Amino acid sequence: MSVSLFEMIVFPGFIFLGVMGMLFEYLDRIVYARLQNRKGPPWFQPFADFIKMGSKEDIIPREADSGMFVLSPLLAVTAVVVSAFYIPMWGGKALFSFFGDAVVVIYLLTIPTVAYFFAGWYSTSLYSTVGAVRTLTQLFAYEVPLFLVILAPGILANTWSLSGMAEFYSQNPLLCVTNVVGFMVAIVALQGKLERTPFDIPEAKTEIVGGTFTEYSGRLLAFLKLTHSVKTVVVAALVSAVFLPFGVEIGGVLGFAIFIVKIAVIVCILSAFKAALARIRIEQMVDFCWRYVAPAAIFQLLISMVLGALTGCGV
Amino acid sequence: MDLNNVVKIPIGPQHPCLKEPACFTVSLNGERLAGLDLRLGYNHRGIEKAAESRTYIQNIYLIERVCGICSHSHPSCYIQCVEQIAGLEVPARGRYLRSLIGELERVHSHLLWLGVAAYEIGFETLLMYSWRDREVVMDILAMLTGNRVNYAANVIGGANRDITEDHKKDILKAVDVLEERTKYYIEVATEEATLIARLSNVGYISLDDVKLMGTAGPTARASGLDYDVRRDDPYAAYKDIPFKVITDTHCDVYGRALVRVGELMESYKMIRHIIQNIPDGPIAVKAPRKIPAGEAISRYEAPRGEDVHYVRSNGTDKPERVRVRAPTMVNLLSVPKMLEGDNLADVPITIAAIDPCFSCTDRAIRVSDLDGGNAKVMTWNETRRFGIDWYRKNGIDFTDLNKRLAGRMR
Repeated sequence: MSVSLFEMIVFPGFIFLGVMGMLFEYLDRIVYARLQNRKGPPWFQPFADFIKMGSKEDIIPREADSGMFVLSPLLAVTAVVVSAFYIPMWGGKALFSFFGDAVVVIYLLTIPTVAYFFAGWYSTSLYSTVGAVRTLTQLFAYEVPLFLVILAPGILANTWSLSGMAEFYSQNPLLCVTNVVGFMVAIVALQGKLERTPFDIPEAKTEIVGGTFTEYSGRLLAFLKLTHSVKTVVVAALVSAVFLPFGVEIGGVLGFAIFIVKIAVIVCILSAFKAALARIRIEQMVDFCWRYVAPAAIFQLLISMVLGALTGCGV
Repeated sequence: MDLNNVVKIPIGPQHPCLKEPACFTVSLNGERLAGLDLRLGYNHRGIEKAAESRTYIQNIYLIERVCGICSHSHPSCYIQCVEQIAGLEVPARGRYLRSLIGELERVHSHLLWLGVAAYEIGFETLLMYSWRDREVVMDILAMLTGNRVNYAANVIGGANRDITEDHKKDILKAVDVLEERTKYYIEVATEEATLIARLSNVGYISLDDVKLMGTAGPTARASGLDYDVRRDDPYAAYKDIPFKVITDTHCDVYGRALVRVGELMESYKMIRHIIQNIPDGPIAVKAPRKIPAGEAISRYEAPRGEDVHYVRSNGTDKPERVRVRAPTMVNLLSVPKMLEGDNLADVPITIAAIDPCFSCTDRAIRVSDLDGGNAKVMTWNETRRFGIDWYRKNGIDFTDLNKRLAGRMR
């Protein structure tokens, strides 16, 4: 199992994901803007932002731990790109897959959050510190439900490999219907993972300025923003692979188009939530996640287990 | 409370949640508030002093610039003082016109507040919607007076500009649009779960505390204080206009939001009543240039609360003393009380809920140390010198830069 430099850097690695991330960032921004009765940015705005920020000076605060300050964004972007290798996008299989790669992907997707925490913590600014603590508090609220619902479909498919799950459900598309609760839980948890309204608590600008990223500027900030965009695509791809695996075996241009449509649907759902809701408080968020989202996730797990026992497929 | 765990976070003087500089130093114990230190004085403009060296007519335009949003309230309040001293009787049409602009201003101020409040709790869609709709009333104000803010709609003795039949039609049309949109906001405010979760039980202040601190305006009415200058001490045409004083018993930010949207609905009714019942006749009487010696105090229900002006004249064409007490002054004192035991996340919305206007309030003339002691008065030149020395002591010297800039300008 080796990965070529081309795969790592160009396709489906860093550059491909970066471009996809920015295009979907544009989609998110334009949908959000139209829902708010605004015109929205032109299509190249995310690229322009990236180039402009990349050309600015990096300022590292004197008080900050400069090593961790620089490493955290890189750690975040690397983890996200690596996790994309295990997610089946189109044409059947992911670049790599093995039994249990779903666990690895979830683990890898947790790293950016932890990296954000380090970024905020080692900035040593007050706002960053509060933001960093909020990032971790939030992680404990949404991560468990997300973990449960991503693994639940695996019970029926009798595999914890994402490619295996996608293959199983695309052969038995009707069984996808049983995962609707899981899909809804995943959408809620995604908003926490991507730090979007109503769960944009770690970067609530009216409270703690820029939150975790307050002290970042220039290239490092550009990378953090890029990580965010790429993370949106990767996480949406993960959810679509698990819950919407229709046509995942189709390759080529058609398969790619289906993939794009699925991601776009998820991004649009997220944008609609962002437009329709207010930011809630951190303790309300934790309360909501443990009181409603986690039980729903366990309910999904039960559905899968009962169905597995009834139909004989699965463990 | 473990004092070792207290973190002090400065909100201000420059902070995304503040529209004007003010400094709230928040002591945090985790996410909970352990204390709040309030610091004003970043915005002192010396308007009261400047008013003493200008004529009564010039002062209308100066006082108008006390506040960008209540830019009809302040000059109206000032002019009422002057008219009271001079013994002028404003003709009925002039009084109606004053009330009309006053109510349009209230509509634009409350819609602005709704957007700001939504922004503070991260509900940007409501900000975009309410500010879009605010343009409707801004257009009407621009049509009536020529300006979106600072309308210059008043003269001593009456109103500055008359309205025509075409204006009346446009106003009624705009009010219909606004009423429909406001109904939608009331629907949002009473049904949207995250909005209610963020506003309910935040910034609680009881009726007793409201009375104790002299809180004014919608902030006080949301705690059940049934008091409105327009009804209880009527000025302009409010004696003839039927309206309801909106009160609420929630005592929190949610109540303040409900009171403001309720007042919007009342304002629409009042505007309709004014348009339908405005009497014919002159809009102003001629005022003397020199005002006889005397003093007067007048009150005005600005969108943010009760505005009080005091003018003392000495028989010349310039006032001897003008005193402005903006509603934010009294409301701000209640903010630390409101925030007791709340979360960090509640600080921006609680500050915003009193609809603060810091530059209207700033009267800083004393320089004191951070602990409050050692107060002294400084002249302008001393203050400037102090600033230059302070920066030099901290290793920042602008002398070279100033020389270079001066050279470039030449």
